[in-house]
Amino acid sequence: MPIKIEHMSHTYQPGTPFKSDALEDIDFTIEDGDLLALIGHTGSGKSTLAQHLNGLLTPTAGRVLVDGQDINGKDVNRRALRQRVGLLFQYAEYQLFEETVYKDIAFGPKNQGLSGEKLDRRVRAAFDKVHLPPETLEKSPFELSGGQMRRVALAGVVAMEPEVLVLDEPIAGLDPKGRDELTEIIHELHRGGVTIVLISHNMDDVARIATKVAVLERGRLAMLGTPREIFSRGDELEAMGLDVPQTIQLCRALRAGGLEVPDCLTGEELCEAICAAKGVPSHA
Amino acid sequence: MLKDITLGQYYPVESFVHSLDPRAKIVLTIVFMVAVFLGSSLFAAIPIVLFILLTARLANLPIKMLLKGIKPLRIILIFTFVLNLFFTAGDTILVEWWKIRITREGLMSAVRFSLRLVFLVTGASVLTLTTQPVALTDGLERLLSPLAKIGFPAHELAMMMSIALRFIPTLLEEADKIMKAQMARGADFESGNLIQRAKAMVPLLVPLFVSAFRRAGDLAMAMEARCYHGGRGRTRLRILKLGKNDLLAALGTCALVAAVILIG
Repeated sequence: MPIKIEHMSHTYQPGTPFKSDALEDIDFTIEDGDLLALIGHTGSGKSTLAQHLNGLLTPTAGRVLVDGQDINGKDVNRRALRQRVGLLFQYAEYQLFEETVYKDIAFGPKNQGLSGEKLDRRVRAAFDKVHLPPETLEKSPFELSGGQMRRVALAGVVAMEPEVLVLDEPIAGLDPKGRDELTEIIHELHRGGVTIVLISHNMDDVARIATKVAVLERGRLAMLGTPREIFSRGDELEAMGLDVPQTIQLCRALRAGGLEVPDCLTGEELCEAICAAKGVPSHA
Repeated sequence: MLKDITLGQYYPVESFVHSLDPRAKIVLTIVFMVAVFLGSSLFAAIPIVLFILLTARLANLPIKMLLKGIKPLRIILIFTFVLNLFFTAGDTILVEWWKIRITREGLMSAVRFSLRLVFLVTGASVLTLTTQPVALTDGLERLLSPLAKIGFPAHELAMMMSIALRFIPTLLEEADKIMKAQMARGADFESGNLIQRAKAMVPLLVPLFVSAFRRAGDLAMAMEARCYHGGRGRTRLRILKLGKNDLLAALGTCALVAAVILIG
């Protein structure tokens, strides 16, 4: 189910002194099986773009096509669309409201009309995917830590079994362990066949798990390509106030120091490249 | 969505009215409201309309902005109009049909009261559209400060008002975000009967309250961390000064009152 974005623009509060252009002429396609990382400086329009993918915002100009269908057309069932394109907001832990974690995860599938055993299976399957201790299922979500609450919120969206999952800075504000675990959960979901759009400021994670990277700058699509292509343009990224992954920074430093290694995206890759350059066998 | 609510929002342009002292604006708004009630004949509405148009012009406000403020009031307006129209006793009967009777007096008072409502709201909107909330509460605090001598908590009241005003947009934004997050999970806020709709608000209200309390706690802590301990001995960043423009505005408003009294 590809999502095609055609010359889309969005202006907030048009026609008032508060008007601001958030997105301008965005044009690209999210293919099935992508893990597309959306990166960009704060205020570059990432979240606005994310909310267009399931029809929460309507473009001021241009179209968004999901499966070839214009999602802002007249006879489109938005609720059905939102089940196919799941969206997890920034700081999603603040959307929890039910008495127990179980009930909160069940909110989405219940709205889809599921009940009884089917609902139960959905909730438990989604809960399993976020790797929380089993006893949390019957706890109140407000007793959990921030990181655990975030995972419950993720499970709440996963429980709707969307084909595309849009995650708006899912790891922001988590400790290193929570960040790694959540990144791994996202990676697993992707391997399980879900197309993922990931908004992130963590370039190391992006380099490790993304299949494609889109760079937004001041509401425009500045770059689109594989992580390797994008991160090889480190100078341009830095000019936009963005980082490159630490591995690439290290590769650059090594080259400056005279060791000829190519740009590497993961630690393992880097290890092999250094071994190869040094002529020692690698165990990675 | 929710963010588009503009009622009472500050309209950021530069103008004569924007530059006035907030104290002067508050007092003159009150005088204007008194003037609205002074005139009893319909002709008294003429100077008031002219005054509003002139003020809007001097404030650089599009008339559309003012009309927008009246929109949420339309139900009350219709209610006022209809009640006055049908239930005012009078001698000159204009229309009589079955038990319904419309008199000349009824029609007059319906028009008069509806106009008064519109004028009042417009006057208040001019004040909030041209005055930043902080300036407004500052002005209010200064106006109420003589009362502090008899134990009236002027500073605390003004501080509570500034904080409340300051957090309206934040809470609206938050409500908008939570609403969208629940809509992304298939929540439906728009259809169903009254009970279903009230029930649908739970996923919005619970997180909203939780975060409002969290914010209140954080704010109290942050204020204490910066040694806030109430109004005593606090100096201010902006010192309010009455100027020539304030005098001009006062004269204009006095002229309005005089005109309304003369017309009667």
